[in-house]
Amino acid sequence: MKIPLQEVEYIARLARLKLTEDELLLFTKQLNTILDYMEKLNKVDTSGIKPTSHALHIKNALREDIVEGSLKKEEAMGNAPQKDGNFFLVPKVI
Amino acid sequence: MELFEHTISQLHEQLKKREISSLDITESLLKRIDQLDGILHTYITITPEGARKQAKEADQRVGTGQISPLTGIPLALKDNISIVNTPTTCGSRILKNYIPPYDATVIEILRKEGAVFLGKTNMDEFAMGSSTENSFIGPTRNPWNRDYVAGGSSGGSATAVTASLCIAALGSDTGGSIRQPASHCGVVGLKPTCGLVSRFGLVAFASSLDQIRPITKDVRDCAMLLQAICGFDQHDSTSINTSVPDYTANLNKGIKGLKVGIPKEYFIEGTDKEVIETVESAIASLGSRGAELIDVSLPHTEYAIATYYIIAPSEASSNLARYDGVRYGLRSEDTDDLESMYTMTRAQGFGPEVIRRIMLGTYALSKGYYDAFFKKASQVRTLMINDFREAFSKCHVLVTPVAPTPAFKIGEKIDDPLTMYLSDIFTVSPSLAGIPCISVPYGMSSNGLPIGVQIMGNYFDELTLIQAANVLEKTSDTSHHRLPF
Repeated sequence: MKIPLQEVEYIARLARLKLTEDELLLFTKQLNTILDYMEKLNKVDTSGIKPTSHALHIKNALREDIVEGSLKKEEAMGNAPQKDGNFFLVPKVI
Repeated sequence: MELFEHTISQLHEQLKKREISSLDITESLLKRIDQLDGILHTYITITPEGARKQAKEADQRVGTGQISPLTGIPLALKDNISIVNTPTTCGSRILKNYIPPYDATVIEILRKEGAVFLGKTNMDEFAMGSSTENSFIGPTRNPWNRDYVAGGSSGGSATAVTASLCIAALGSDTGGSIRQPASHCGVVGLKPTCGLVSRFGLVAFASSLDQIRPITKDVRDCAMLLQAICGFDQHDSTSINTSVPDYTANLNKGIKGLKVGIPKEYFIEGTDKEVIETVESAIASLGSRGAELIDVSLPHTEYAIATYYIIAPSEASSNLARYDGVRYGLRSEDTDDLESMYTMTRAQGFGPEVIRRIMLGTYALSKGYYDAFFKKASQVRTLMINDFREAFSKCHVLVTPVAPTPAFKIGEKIDDPLTMYLSDIFTVSPSLAGIPCISVPYGMSSNGLPIGVQIMGNYFDELTLIQAANVLEKTSDTSHHRLPF
């Protein structure tokens, strides 16, 4: 098996996903099937080939540094699950 | 003929002559939506009051002689395109209550044109899927046979156009999400060259691939809608500043001397016989109209699915990190500290396909695997782009199938992710290369489901693409097929 259960648990932790035992087992099975299929890429000789990150090879897109209008604070905060005035509330961190 | 059945170009002429009003068209569509949406699950949110208000404004505008091609035309928008003060859920529980505080650039443009917004259409969660089964409101049904999928991820938009629950629609296409549902539903779907249409306000899935695209009843409407929404936008750093031709200019031109490439890698075993026959008949018909048919090769096609399903999930795992329960979207109630707030919110908010892709992408980008997966796939992507450049040095367009089969049954592939991914085999390559392509309805399967043909064009050559698509449309024999309602 390319990716054992413990590693799937580790990946879920990295991705901040709380998965049940059943989900971990199912994803382990499915990810292995998918990754086995991905193996076919190893047949391609890519030595010396530059990777493509975007089809059009765009460089940095810059504009004049002029202040423009932006969202009002109440608009930006409008979807917050929990807030206090202009602050997003989260569970205690320290 | 009822008003809801018309195309953009037909309604535009009637509006211009003041034979009808936008409010008449809008009411006709709202009535139709009322009758059929409960059966087809096309819309996630319907906005009748807003639509009526926009229609009245459009009618006033027409009254003063200020009419442009989309003025007063009722459209449907995929639910990942932000409209201010209108829920934008992306088909996800995590954004169920999200109300964007701003308009996407395409929405801003459509408002200036005086278009009417009927509502937001159903989709696979975060556009991840090929069947519109991965939506928190349930699957959209194919209007030609309700036991079958509409295709995905823009299944809601494709169905809305097919069943006349809007005049035209916008969807998004990352690996085939417009072309494949357009093919399965029998309508026209166009994916422009990347950078031609602004993505500002489109909820991100895979940023090197996502595009906003028109989906329409015919090729002319597709050209008209593309014309309206394309153009440079400084709010999208991948937007290209290029001159734009009149996309309707060549609609009445023939295709004599057009070089049509036929890539042999797209005619492979495992593809449905009726699909192959449909594409072959489309190619023959282009030939009989004066096109020169040329055999070409895209040798890295067999690696397209593996490449796409590493790159797209990798980008998704990074993009979807923003759903942390802090600034917007769902926050789980079952949390006692910051860590569990993140992990519970994401587990409860995302559906299985989104979780699967986040996991796959996180793995492909993680320490020790980056070179073997993400970098390798990005290199193969370069080779695929080189294949297309080579092919387009010999021809103007390429003609291929859109999907290996007509629409499949609801539930048939949902438990087998790899099989579902393989249904994208003919649409992901042009997405990875960023070239434009269009799906045109051309045939019908023996069990009454539409089959589309895909035409791919060279970078920024939408004009030739539309010209060829228009000829195909005129030679297809699907017009005598009528929906059962």
